Amino acid sequence: MARHIVATTDDIPPGKRKLVNVKGREIGIFNVDGEYFAVGNRCPHEGASLCKGRIVGLVESSEPGSYQFSRRGELLRCPWHGWEFDLRTGKSWCEPDRTKVRSFELKVESGGALVEGELQAETFPVSIEKQYVVIEV
Amino acid sequence: MSIVELERGRAAEAKLRVIDCDIHPAMTSWTEVHPYLARQWIEHLSVYGSHLRHAFSEALTHPRMSPDAARVDAYPEEGGPPGSSLELMRTQHLDANGVEIGMLIPLRWNPGSQRNLDFGVALTQAMNSWQVERWVKNEPRLRASILVAQEDTTASVAEIDARAGDPSFTQILVLPRTDEPLGRRRYWPIFEAAVRNDLPIAIHVGGTNGHPSTGGGWPSYYMEEHHAVAQTMQAVLTSLVFEGVFERLPKLRVVIMEGGLGWIPSLSARMDKHWLRLRSEVPHLKRPPSEYVRDQVWFTTQPMEEPGRAAHLMDLFDRIGCDRLLFSTDYPHWDFDDPRHAFKAPLSEAQRDQLLYRNAQAFYGSR
Repeated sequence: MARHIVATTDDIPPGKRKLVNVKGREIGIFNVDGEYFAVGNRCPHEGASLCKGRIVGLVESSEPGSYQFSRRGELLRCPWHGWEFDLRTGKSWCEPDRTKVRSFELKVESGGALVEGELQAETFPVSIEKQYVVIEV
Repeated sequence: MSIVELERGRAAEAKLRVIDCDIHPAMTSWTEVHPYLARQWIEHLSVYGSHLRHAFSEALTHPRMSPDAARVDAYPEEGGPPGSSLELMRTQHLDANGVEIGMLIPLRWNPGSQRNLDFGVALTQAMNSWQVERWVKNEPRLRASILVAQEDTTASVAEIDARAGDPSFTQILVLPRTDEPLGRRRYWPIFEAAVRNDLPIAIHVGGTNGHPSTGGGWPSYYMEEHHAVAQTMQAVLTSLVFEGVFERLPKLRVVIMEGGLGWIPSLSARMDKHWLRLRSEVPHLKRPPSEYVRDQVWFTTQPMEEPGRAAHLMDLFDRIGCDRLLFSTDYPHWDFDDPRHAFKAPLSEAQRDQLLYRNAQAFYGSR
């Protein structure tokens, strides 16, 4: 396991995403209302590129005719077959134990702390004024 | 299905070879058919539009879960609907998935269901030319399907006879939701023309005939409509068998496209049971119904069944007949099947090659 800087917080505004490559592995970084989440880019069902999917909320129902909408922007729907994945856990909504996409630990750290810790991004210089998204893979 | 299993499947990529029996080409603009339509029909399309037996001439029977019923990642960068860019079709599908031959199934306007028969005939002629000029001539991996205006059998037969000599075409495309069940005698000239020209009949999900899409009436949800395609195909297959189409035309070959697979063994067994008891109602049938299905009907695989247990899937293949299954992806539609991951069962290399390639190669022959 190693830590990698994958983006500045400015790169990914709320509701947006960024596809990154860490050690040959494609990972999607998502900003949900200021919180950052990371999941693998391959759908565990048939391999579609998950990062191209729609970001949706959770629709539930206690009985026919009732609708409850919550968790706006926290679910990712596969661009092919529409499987819903929880961005917080990587678990699919319908088969949470059986079908899940790998999720990764993310931290937001200041450039200053990162420079002191000698952690460098491979693709861009680290500036002490900025905030960075750091992934552990 | 775990992440690990999926990644292991990638090892097969290098030797992937596929015949895809269901690819949907689209038009960037409907003016693409202008070169092949008489001026009167171009103006007809502008003034009156397409006229089907449902509301909103450019709509589908039921709104799909996804715009254009498409994969979200299949929109060309240069604009236009999914399936309209040959370049994207090449990079995203034909090259990426080892497709050596792909069968085009154009669905725009449902020409076979047009209420104005003459307009429907003109559209089929134009879209047949469009397939050749726009697709097959520019991409040698692609093959066209002869669209017919199925409610006008005389015109359909003329179009089949006119196109059959062109090796660009591999089959005759008929939509299953016809005005009457497809086995009725009014449609027989189309089947006879197929046999005469040694072309199979492809029956792909579609058509709008004004009847509810399920036997129980119009459904509420797209999920029900999506499921109803299996009911439609069961009605079509039952009609073809009991009307005696296969008995009369033993050389007729039919491929049912996108209708699901799980129901085939149970329908065959049920038809046989009824035949044992009620044979005298249909004395023109000389054999158990399941034998006609086994001998003369093939099925495309997408949307692949996922019963949860690999053994159940293998049992299903065995009961249908592994040699009757033709792989299809449905590109660029949302329920696309990936050739690497569609079969949730441990297939041998030989089985995989049979399903992905050799069955279709044998079915379509040299075309």
